[in-house]
Formats: sequence, C-alpha cells, structure tokens
Amino acid sequence: MELFFTQLTNGLAVGGIYALIALGYTMVYGVLKLINFAHGDLFTIGAYLGLTLLASLGLTGYVGTAGGLLFLALMVMGLVGIIGILLDRAAYKPLRNSPRLSAVVSALGASIVFSNTIMLVYGPSPKVYPQGLLPTHVFYLFGLPVPIMRIIILATSLFLMIGLYVFIQKTRTGTAIRAAAIDQGAARLMGINVDRVIMLVFFIGPALGGAAGLMVGLHYGQINFTMGWIYGLKAFTAAILGGIGNIPGAMVGGLLLGVIESMGAAYISNAWKDAIAFFVLILILIVRPTGLLGERVAEKI
Amino acid sequence: MSLLRVENVVKYFGGLVAVDNVTFDVPDGGIFGLIGPNGAGKTTVFNLITGNYKLDKGRIVFRDMDITGMLTHRVVALGIARTFQNIRLFSNMSVLENVLAGYHCRMTSGAVAAMLRLPNQRAEERRAVGRAMAELHFTGLGSQAENLAKNLSYGNQRLLEISRALASDPGLIILDEPAGGMNEHETTALVDLILRIRNRGITVMLIEHDMSLVMRACEHIVVLEHGKKIAEGTPEVIKSDPKVIEAYLGSEDDDI
Amino acid sequence: MSFSGKNIRNGIYAAVAVCWIAAPVFLSNYQTDVLNNIAIYALLGLSLNIILGYGGMFHMGHAAFFAIGAYTTAIINTSYGIPVLWLLPLSGITAGVFALVVARPIIHLRGDYLLIVTIGMVEIVRIALVNNIFGITGGPNGIFGIASPQVFGHPINGIVSPGHYFYLLTAFLAFTIAVFYLLEHSRYGRALKYLCSDSIAAEGSGIDTSGYKLSAFVIGAFWAGMVGNLYAGKITFISPESFSFWESVVMFMIVILGGAGSIPGVLLGAILIIGLPEFFQELQQYRLLIFGIALVAMMIFRPQGILPPKPHTYPVDKLDEKEVTL
Repeated sequence: MELFFTQLTNGLAVGGIYALIALGYTMVYGVLKLINFAHGDLFTIGAYLGLTLLASLGLTGYVGTAGGLLFLALMVMGLVGIIGILLDRAAYKPLRNSPRLSAVVSALGASIVFSNTIMLVYGPSPKVYPQGLLPTHVFYLFGLPVPIMRIIILATSLFLMIGLYVFIQKTRTGTAIRAAAIDQGAARLMGINVDRVIMLVFFIGPALGGAAGLMVGLHYGQINFTMGWIYGLKAFTAAILGGIGNIPGAMVGGLLLGVIESMGAAYISNAWKDAIAFFVLILILIVRPTGLLGERVAEKI
Repeated sequence: MSLLRVENVVKYFGGLVAVDNVTFDVPDGGIFGLIGPNGAGKTTVFNLITGNYKLDKGRIVFRDMDITGMLTHRVVALGIARTFQNIRLFSNMSVLENVLAGYHCRMTSGAVAAMLRLPNQRAEERRAVGRAMAELHFTGLGSQAENLAKNLSYGNQRLLEISRALASDPGLIILDEPAGGMNEHETTALVDLILRIRNRGITVMLIEHDMSLVMRACEHIVVLEHGKKIAEGTPEVIKSDPKVIEAYLGSEDDDI
Repeated sequence: MSFSGKNIRNGIYAAVAVCWIAAPVFLSNYQTDVLNNIAIYALLGLSLNIILGYGGMFHMGHAAFFAIGAYTTAIINTSYGIPVLWLLPLSGITAGVFALVVARPIIHLRGDYLLIVTIGMVEIVRIALVNNIFGITGGPNGIFGIASPQVFGHPINGIVSPGHYFYLLTAFLAFTIAVFYLLEHSRYGRALKYLCSDSIAAEGSGIDTSGYKLSAFVIGAFWAGMVGNLYAGKITFISPESFSFWESVVMFMIVILGGAGSIPGVLLGAILIIGLPEFFQELQQYRLLIFGIALVAMMIFRPQGILPPKPHTYPVDKLDEKEVTL
C-alpha cells in the first residue's frame, strides 16, 4: 500500500510535468497541425535558463524563496516563450504552405540545433540545481508519506493548466485561438488575426514547457542537455493519449501517463520504465489514434 | 442485364444521413447519370461503390459478385475504375507514368523480378508502356506523355484522370464531374469522348452538374436529393418530373 | 556521342566510381576506415530510401532493423561458429520478419504519427537490447568476439586491414545500387512513388497501398539487416549504443539532405554526413549543430534534397505502332 501510494504521488507529480509540456504540443498541433519536435528542447532551455538566472541573480536572497522563485518562473516562461516565437519565425513560418512533413523535418532540425547549442554553451555534463529551495519534508496522510515537494509540483502544474483552460475558454483571445484551431480560413474571414494567434500559441506553449523545465530542475536537482527529447516524447505521448489538439486531453493524458509509468516501474520492471511510455504510445495510435478525448474525423476524399 | 446493383445503401456521417436507403441498377453497356443538387450524396454513393467509404447498411453487387466493403484496389481489379471530383493526379510524375498507374493492376511482376530484370518483366514493362500510350492517344494526350502531370491544363488533367482509369481495363468507369472547370469547347469534346468510351464496351457512370451534358449523353438517370432517390428514368422523364424540378429550383444552386 | 546532360552525368558517376575504387591505394588505414563507414551508411541510406524516399513513409526507426541484423549475426556466430557471411541472408530475413510483424499495425498511420511510432519502436528495441532480452544480447556491454568474414577462405579483418574490408563493402554497395536502380524503375518502384504522391489516388487506381507499404518496410529492413551483418563482421563487437535513435536520425538525414528517392542523392548524402566531418576535425563538436541548421535550411530552400531524383524516360519512341494498342 505504501509503495502504491508513493508511486501514485510520484506519478502525479511527473504527470503534471508531462501535462505541462504536452500542452505545448497540443496547442501548436491544434492550430498548425504540426508536431513541434523542438518543443522538448524548449523545455530543456527552460531548465537551463532557470539555473543560470538562479545562480547569477541570486533573487532568492533579496525577496525570499517564494517570491524569488515566482519571479524566476515568470522570467523563464517569458524568455522561453520568446524563443518559441523566434523558433516559429525561423523554422516553421517559411513552411506554412509546404507539405506538412517538410515542417516536421524542419522541426527535427530545430531540435538538433537547440540541444547542441545547449551542449556547446553549458557543456555536455549534467548540471546541478542548488538544493533546498523547495521544502523537502514529508507529511503523513493516514499514515502514508506525502513529500511536500510533489504536492507543490502537482499544484503548480494544475494551477497553470487551469489558468490556461480558463483563458482559452473564457476570453476573447482564447476564443480566437479555438476558432483558428477549427478552421484557419474561416477564422481569417471572421477578422481574426490568425498570424497573431499562431504567435501567441508559440509563446504560451513554450512558456509552459519552460516552466516545466524549471520544475524538473528544482524537483530532481539535476538537468542535462538531452533530457528534452525523452521528456518531449513522453509529453507527446501524453498529448496523443488525451487526444492531440485537445487541451483538457493533454492534462488528463499527462497525469495518466505519469501514473502508468510510475506504477509500471514499480510493479512491472524498472529497467523497462522508459519503454512503457513508448508501448502506451504505439498502442494508443494503433487502437485509438484520436486519443481518449479526441473526436474521430473522416478524411475527405 | 444489370452490371452494378446498389441495394438499400445507407451511410451516416456522425448523426447525419448522407445516403438514405438508395437502390438503383446500372444497366450493362450504356451511359448512366447520377445527378442532384449540391450535398445530395452523389459523390458519397461513388465513394461507397469504390470502397473509399464503408457503408452502414445495404449491399453493392458488381457482375453478380458482392463487393460490399471490399478494399478499393480490389474493386478496381474487378473492373470498376473512377476519377476524382477534385483531380487527384500524381502531380510530380509524368503523364505516361500516371497512366501506367491504372494499368498496374493488370501487371504481375513484383520486386524480385524487377531486381533480377527477368525477361518476362521487361516484356511486360514494354507492353504496359504501349498500352498507356494507346490510352493517351485515345484521350488526345499522346503528345503530352513526357510532361509532368502538374504542368497540364485543367481540362487536360481531367482527361488524364480518365486515361488512367481506362488503363485499368474497367467494365464500369465512374466519372465524378468530368466537365468541372471545362469550357464549352472542351465539354463538347468530352461528350464525344464519353460516347467513344461507351463504344469500347465500357459502361459509363457519370456525376455531373452540367445539365446539358447529362441530358445529351446519358441514357438513364437517377436523381438524388438529401441522400434519397427521388426520381429515375430517361432524360425526357427526368426533365418533366415535378419532384426533380422542385429539387433544383428549391435549392439555392443555379445548376440548371 | 554528344555531350548531353545525361552523358555528362554518367561521366561524372563513372569518374566518382573510379576514384572510389582506387582510393584505398592512396589512403591511410584510418582514412580507408572512414570510407568503410561511408559505405555502411550509404547502404543503410539506400535501404531506408525504399521506405522513406520512394514510399514517402516517415520512418525514423531504421536503426532497429540494422540492430536486429547485426545481433542475429553476432549471436549465431559467437554461439555456433557459423561464418559471418553465411549469415548474411539470415540477418536480412530476421530483420525483414521483424519489420513484417511491427510494421503491419502501424503503416496506415499518417506521416507524422508514423514518425513518432517508429522512434518509439527503435527505442524499445534499444531498451530491450540493454535489458539483455531473452538473455542473449549481452545487455549494455553487447557481444564481443564476432569473427571476421571470410572470402574464399581468407579472413577479411575490418580493423586490421580496412582496405580489404573496403572491397567487400564496395562489392555489396555496387550490387545494391544496381538492384535498387532496377527496382526504382519498375512496376514495384512506381507503385511506391504513386502511394507516396497520393495514396488515395493510388488505391483508387488499383494499387494495394497497404501491401506495398508493408513490403517496402520488409525490403528496407531486409537490406538493413544484411548491412547489420557486414557491420558486425567489420567491428567484431556490437553494443546497444551503436543502434540508438540518433543512428536513425543520421540515416534519415542522409536520405532527406541527399535527395529522397534518388540513389545518387543518398550516396552523396552519406559522403557529406559521414565523410565531411572528418575533414573538419576541429569543428567536430559543431557537427550536429550544422546538420540541424542544414535540415531547416534545406526544407525552406530545397526540400527535394541536393540531388533530387531525375524523371525516368520510357522508350516511347522505340515502340512499334502495333504495340500501341488498346
């Protein structure tokens, strides 16, 4: 029981991170029908930027830990968001009218560029985050241990996800995003500035990914330049699991995948942990490619 | 004798009934028209016959063989060829290669024969090129054989689709709006081509918006509206059928 | 003989072939080994080209087939002592059968989904190898002590005498080029190009698109498996790290940058991607960065690759009038 519970909280914390990254995939896919392969690397950039800012600014010394981290998170999100927009400008925008798969190859190229730039700037060995910024103690719920760090991670990702959901559903801009996702041409005719919507999507998605990178750094304490692709693939799996293009789907898919993976690691085999996500991915694409919450769309002939 | 029988066919898209219990027979050897206002379900019926869509109820019989739910390429091999309403050519390949695609199902050489360059394979290739050239001469595209398909004019692209379909030796050829985007002159030539196709012993099934073309070419017509069959008969019968007139005048199209 | 484009092209190909064959005479062992690597990747690129180039299926897990061929050879050779080259067909068959099983459920997936699933496949294979699946793959350390291939009783050691191995690889490469050229310009090759261009139109023209997609995977995998055999015989020890996702990416880049669907393009791609970094040793660490930029730039400015396929000409003029009949 204790193992189960530990794995559950662990899975939910990791799942929250997957979900945050998955939102970036799903938003870009929703509007552009493009798998942004470089998204995982934007997540890594978030982690590294967080480390740099943390070390160089020493914010936590001035405004206290909580305030400092909040400010740090906003900076990371803003910067990664801007990198996201630049990525779109450089690698995707020139390919809007090309075959979809050209953009996918370009995305792959961008991913290689990002991960190697990080390696050249920060070096190939893993980097360590300063410890003790987040509380590490454990409290007990009905006699079961709950590390408070996991609660913070999960709560933060839920907060961001709900914030995004409300933004998409309730605001004018959110409505414009949804409209552009359904039919870009029609949205344009209705006077929606689709280019601005795309820019916004390429800001929000990477910003959330960057926040996830920062959280991974704070939570696990260690980051490396290749982690983006494995997190990225898993988050992509989460997005597919929930139904790509579907925002609540990405959230559900992320949490579900986190739990499946951590249960699998505990009860099936730890050595196969990374393969579990891929089995889930393959299975879902074969059995139900539209995901759990996605709708089936007939191909027009 | 009926070449193709469409029997109580039903197709839903989500909650929408696109084709509602439609039954008709296509007689062997003539020119058959399927008409109706936009969104009446004509193309859907074509897609059901050729196996592009799965039907929800009913069955489709071709030459006394039940082809319901059969994969498209097998339907083609059995002798039903089609063209596409929104032109689907292999645009970066030559005109000749496009026609060779149609003849593909009448060839047998596989990968191993090609790798070993067996004599049979070479003879078959030569035969295929000859046949494809003949089809191109038949539709009047003989001089365009080495051009890329995407460089043809719109009207010629439609002719190329027909050539490709003919190359598969069909018993029934289904033409989905072949006159779309053609001018008066090209349409007249098209009517002549359709008659020549029929004279080869191939039954022609036609979806068309151009009423004058349908009335000129078709011997038997079925009219669909909202997925239902509302009339059937010779052009004279259809022209004077009040339900047909209402369907066309009642709709916002001005296709008549 | 006129200096038409075609003659000039063939002249260049012949010159390149002569230089290639003569090269080891003038090169050091190390440099010859680089050529051997180019040959291996050229072969892998050509086998991937069947799937990705002609068939247009975005397959990024080709290293899995390569790995299965190499492991088949390594396991059987080290356990039963069967000579490496005898295992060449078997290595191909194992990889082909594996492709038949795993590709069947995924070939109908749309381009970008297929890409991600094949990445998943190659990762699962790698993890399986690391976890010493069935207790025969040697785990993360891999398998040591694979014998060198023997030709007419003479062992050809890829490490000690790369010059000899070079001719073994070159012979297989020449055979592969010839056979794939014939395949490209046949009913089979055309079918793949049709379904790449428009799979609904191909199916509607009577082409069994699923069958062809699957068979392209099987042929590509069969060939990659055979290359795995030659690779295992060359370096005599293999480990899962040689078959990572990045190997798949390199093969993918060779095809896309060189020219998808074009045999000369793929060969050039292998020379550029494997060979070029050797000339710029000091830039080695920027290698992937440059390739990444090249991928983006190519998609924007020349998506068809450096040497895209040339249109095939058919002997239309040579036909008799009576051959052109309905």
